[in-house]
Amino acid sequence: MRIICPVKRVPDTAARKSTDPDLTLDREGVETVLNANDEWSIEEAMRIKERTPDTEVIVLCVGPQQAQQTIRKALSYGLDGAIQVTDDAIAGSDAAGIAQILAAALREETFDLVIMGNQSSDARTMLVPAMLAEYLDLPALTYVSKLEIDGATLRAERETATGHQVVEAQAPAVVSVVEAINEPRYPSFKGIMAAKKKPLEVHDLAALGVDPGEVGLEHAWTQVLEVTPRPPKQAGAKVEDDGSGTVGAKALVDFLAAQKII
Amino acid sequence: MADVLVLVDHDRGIPKKIANQMLTAARERGDGEVHAALFGEGAASSAERLGAYGVTRAFVWDSPDAHRYATEPLVIALEAALDASGAEILLYPSDQFLSDVVARTAIRMEAGVVTDAVDLTLEGDRMVATKAIFGGEMTSRCQVRGDRHQFLGVKANSFTAEEVGGNPAEVVPLEVTLDERAKRARVVDTVEAASAGRPEVTEATIIVAGGRGLGEADGFRLVEELADALGAAVGASRAATDAGWYPHQHQIGQTGKTVSPALYIGVGISGAIQHRAGMQTSQTIVAVNKDAEAPLFSIADFAVVGDLHKVLPLVSEEIRKRKE
Repeated sequence: MRIICPVKRVPDTAARKSTDPDLTLDREGVETVLNANDEWSIEEAMRIKERTPDTEVIVLCVGPQQAQQTIRKALSYGLDGAIQVTDDAIAGSDAAGIAQILAAALREETFDLVIMGNQSSDARTMLVPAMLAEYLDLPALTYVSKLEIDGATLRAERETATGHQVVEAQAPAVVSVVEAINEPRYPSFKGIMAAKKKPLEVHDLAALGVDPGEVGLEHAWTQVLEVTPRPPKQAGAKVEDDGSGTVGAKALVDFLAAQKII
Repeated sequence: MADVLVLVDHDRGIPKKIANQMLTAARERGDGEVHAALFGEGAASSAERLGAYGVTRAFVWDSPDAHRYATEPLVIALEAALDASGAEILLYPSDQFLSDVVARTAIRMEAGVVTDAVDLTLEGDRMVATKAIFGGEMTSRCQVRGDRHQFLGVKANSFTAEEVGGNPAEVVPLEVTLDERAKRARVVDTVEAASAGRPEVTEATIIVAGGRGLGEADGFRLVEELADALGAAVGASRAATDAGWYPHQHQIGQTGKTVSPALYIGVGISGAIQHRAGMQTSQTIVAVNKDAEAPLFSIADFAVVGDLHKVLPLVSEEIRKRKE
């Protein structure tokens, strides 16, 4: 089996984010990390690898040169190799643009499964997995909290607000996972060392047959007109309870009543 | 004239609250006609009544096939509804499964998608969305660019639903034929947890969320009691869901749900940045924690430093008393 895991390099959540003059997110003036939701997709791929003989798991990352650090981090979980797509024309691509590029990279590969996180912590559109599946003309199993594989048959539980939906499809397919699916391992020291030597293929848009005139900031189908900082929330009143609960409870109820909530 | 098509999400024919909110937004912010698209069993039964929200034509595909297979049947139906209505602007609810439908339709139609709008303004022929970004640190205004359809996702409770008492909507049945492609992901079963019928966390106007400070899974009973007294949804921090104390779909934070209710009450939640990224745009924030230095306090409009096990039951009791 061959599994490809698209991952994203994102700013650390704790980092103070800012936008460049072209209104894109400043990705270079901040500490970057592997997108948190991708830890679950990588873990799921590794668990499939561990129980299925002859399984190869490959990382796929669209990102600048500096993304190689993120790629090595992903490889440190024990994956077999990586593909990077990097090109100056990619910067500022929106979800559809990224999906198009990922699809072009995946068309060069054979795979049974594409497994990815359901969202990225920076853009959080949750659009890419379904858009990618559409570009590849494949079924998508999204928001998956449990994945069973029997030959080419995939049986997935898709998380809903009140439970889950059980869906079956045939591989090849795109799968996006939610955090309920597993508990990610920590990379081992051996894995971290081995990551440095895993094969990394780097492609630009021309190598993938993607027209630079279809991606990037200027050609995106959506655009940002304006970005303004939100005034930070200030701390309001703080009441100390007397230990019995009565002082705190009364103050809280009075507050809710003053807000006309009760 | 910008006609708007609204994707009306319904539960066996009863439109969800957000549907009525979006219909109101379409009427108030658009400058053309408002049309509706309803798919799935029960769609036909309520379509006509949408005239009360100013809907001119309701495009309906009332078939069990709509939910027999995941996503792709609705893509065909949505494209058919857009073609039949002639609308170039689509409003859809910020719901996970529906956003998959919109995402695939967008690629098929080369439409632009802007997600999670909390406000909409028509500027010329562009519907501009206002949204909170980067965990609520910033606000952006975004639009679809170029000569293409504009698909805008709307967050719950961004608009107030208001009926205008129009004529019954004209119900237009859609012709939807499913090819083999549309049947690739078969829905085998749908499992509902024995839920207490509380609002969903992404749609609720009030959320009571619990964290590690509850001490154990059972601590969520205090959270549920307060939530029920307030008619609220229950949320959880990642520490609580990782510990298995509450189902993951209730997790609020960077890797879970982003919420922006009118009132958020966090109990036993320290409020690390990953959690705040999921709730800090809430209108009013209340925190209860025995740790006076809890980071959540720095963004709380009201905070109680105390033992939640003592404070919460008394709050719940007093609220119930006042409601009688």
